[in-house]
Amino acid sequence: MKHDSSKPLFDRNRRALVRAGLGLAGGLTLPGYVAQAFAAEGPPIGTWPAGIQGKEVFIGVAVPRTGSYAEQGEDELKGWQLAVEHINSGHPLVQRISPKTKKGVQGKELKLVVADSAAKPNDAVQAEQRFITENKIMLMTGSTSSAVAVAMNKLAQREKVLYTAGISGSNDTTGKDCVRYGFRQNFYGETAANAIGPVLLKAYGKNKKMAFMTPDYTYGHTVTKSCSDYLKEHGGWTMVTNQVSPLGATDFSSYLTNITNSGAEILLNVNWGRDAVLSTQQAKQFGVIPKMKLVIPYQIPFLAKNIGAELAEGVFAATDFWWTLEDKYPLAKMFVDEFRKKYGYNPEWGAENAYMSFAMWADAVENAGTFYPPDVIKSYEAGRKLQSMVGEVYIRKEDHQLVRPVVIVRGKAPKEMRNKEDFWEVTEVVPGAPLMQKPDAFDCKLGDYT
Amino acid sequence: MLSWANFGSQLFNGLALGALLALIASGLTIIYGTLGVLNLAHGAMFMLGGYAGYAAYQASGSFVVGVAAGTLAVGALGIVLERVIIRHFYHRPHEDQLLVTFGLAIVFVEAVRWGFSSDTKTVQAPQLLSGITDLGFMSYPTYRLAVVGICAVALLLLFFVLYRTRLGLIVRAGIEDAEMVDSLGINVDRIFMTVFGIGAMAAGFAGFINSPIVSLAPDVGEQILVQTFVVVVIGGVGSFPGAVLGGLIAGEIISLTSMVNPGYAYVMLFAAMVLVLMLRPHGLLGTKGRE
Repeated sequence: MKHDSSKPLFDRNRRALVRAGLGLAGGLTLPGYVAQAFAAEGPPIGTWPAGIQGKEVFIGVAVPRTGSYAEQGEDELKGWQLAVEHINSGHPLVQRISPKTKKGVQGKELKLVVADSAAKPNDAVQAEQRFITENKIMLMTGSTSSAVAVAMNKLAQREKVLYTAGISGSNDTTGKDCVRYGFRQNFYGETAANAIGPVLLKAYGKNKKMAFMTPDYTYGHTVTKSCSDYLKEHGGWTMVTNQVSPLGATDFSSYLTNITNSGAEILLNVNWGRDAVLSTQQAKQFGVIPKMKLVIPYQIPFLAKNIGAELAEGVFAATDFWWTLEDKYPLAKMFVDEFRKKYGYNPEWGAENAYMSFAMWADAVENAGTFYPPDVIKSYEAGRKLQSMVGEVYIRKEDHQLVRPVVIVRGKAPKEMRNKEDFWEVTEVVPGAPLMQKPDAFDCKLGDYT
Repeated sequence: MLSWANFGSQLFNGLALGALLALIASGLTIIYGTLGVLNLAHGAMFMLGGYAGYAAYQASGSFVVGVAAGTLAVGALGIVLERVIIRHFYHRPHEDQLLVTFGLAIVFVEAVRWGFSSDTKTVQAPQLLSGITDLGFMSYPTYRLAVVGICAVALLLLFFVLYRTRLGLIVRAGIEDAEMVDSLGINVDRIFMTVFGIGAMAAGFAGFINSPIVSLAPDVGEQILVQTFVVVVIGGVGSFPGAVLGGLIAGEIISLTSMVNPGYAYVMLFAAMVLVLMLRPHGLLGTKGRE
């Protein structure tokens, strides 16, 4: 591979340069920009400092633009694009999240390089590997599937290039598959379950029979486990069936037939993206809904738009963000206004997560005063309190998970909607810290800095 | 979970799944049987039928117009393809045929993505067939019930064409021995074109009929292609009755396995294919020695 053969050669040169630089340091005053670039200790690592030699710094994005998660991927991508635009121009919204940001990051202009991952780990890893070799990206992102996020985590740790997760709901991303070089902004299975659990018990009572629809990968399994564990333990609910389907399934008839005959009273649909839309529509066609109450434990952007407000009415969902939070949080208002102005619709939570994750990275780099990855990681791990679209948040240093509130929404009746995007009513914003498991509960071992 | 009620329901659901698979597979199998070309664009043609029908349905408001548009558009495309591209590959190695049809599939999918975007399109079932029907042992979406009937009629029509017409006689003879048919003075060239057109029509028809069930997306054909291949292999390559039998068997395997453990539904489908390949390499109703 081109990358493997070129890297050692390049490293040697770089190392020689650093050594020479250090030797000279005693007697000579280095020019300002060189001093800044090599302020941090340590030999070249990952794409540093090759990636910061020019005026521009690249960020690699592997996002699904085709397949089951394409619609959500496009929304995410817009969030990243807006963030880059705002960081480069030193927009007030970014400065509220990352106060030290002026224009760009450390004076460098950010550039995105984008590839379609189709939500497949292989495609995503290949794309990012290419960006690392060709563009010397300093940050990578992407995933609208935790299977991708977990693969990217591993790539990040191996290549020593920082990774900030896109949408990723699995407990594993900052649990058993966590890495030193990976960070996650958004909510996940365990926090979703602990936030929506009490709401469900209050709304539907104890000792209910529940059915799950679960996509067959890390996200589905961990979200289903967290939810069923909570409801079993605190409400005496019993899981009568768990219908596991592959990502990208289109016909849910046999799963729904099983659910119909299971005697369940509540259906928790953990499917995501188009799979969630199709399974929910088909659940209606099979009469499972409204016979059973539908719950969406992990919100899917554009779900309500796709299934229609009638089907979403009364449905509880846990989410990262919903645009009507603009009434409560000034940053949410700024973000929604800016996004709507540029793209003509209200952002969904994928875009919010994308925007926040870049702003947080900018904050970490500016506070470190360098792009040198180990220092940026330590800057993240300092746990500074940051402002966000949902109030104050901070990174937990033990597992690189953002401690942030989870938003509970409930589908509005069509006649209550103030406009055509007013699908959900925010019923609660649940503070984040109590929702999280103990840092070591999911076997997170972050690994090395270098 | 293992109740008689559920068993009955799944048995029926398997029939509904299988009917559709049988229809798509029959198109694939007669093309392969007659022309010797394994058409990897069959799934993409299935998808094109969905989109062509969807566009016509949107424009006209009539579901029937949608069905006709999906069927005829893909049928016509099939004939053009056969004349312009496929026929040049009859005497080339199988690998070339696979590559060219696979390439066509990519072109079709990306063209649709370009024209209609990657977003999922919901196709409404006609008013008359929407809603739920109570079958006594289970409630079943009315449209899916109708699809079983529609597929049955379409398969009967294909059966009639293949077994009760002169064209069908020649096609079946061509499947057995194309050279002999040719040397009897029959214009095999034209027959091949017609067969490819009919196979494409079946795919286009199924593509639109299926769209209210699972919605439309540019990649709907990919999954269905894999399942269709399994059906053809189980039933016997080139055998029309084999495609029908294979379709029903595949539908029942998916449905009944998912009753026990949905995670194994497709594993069992492929396991069944392996079993058939080991015990009857030419498929359940296939004949030895067929090309």
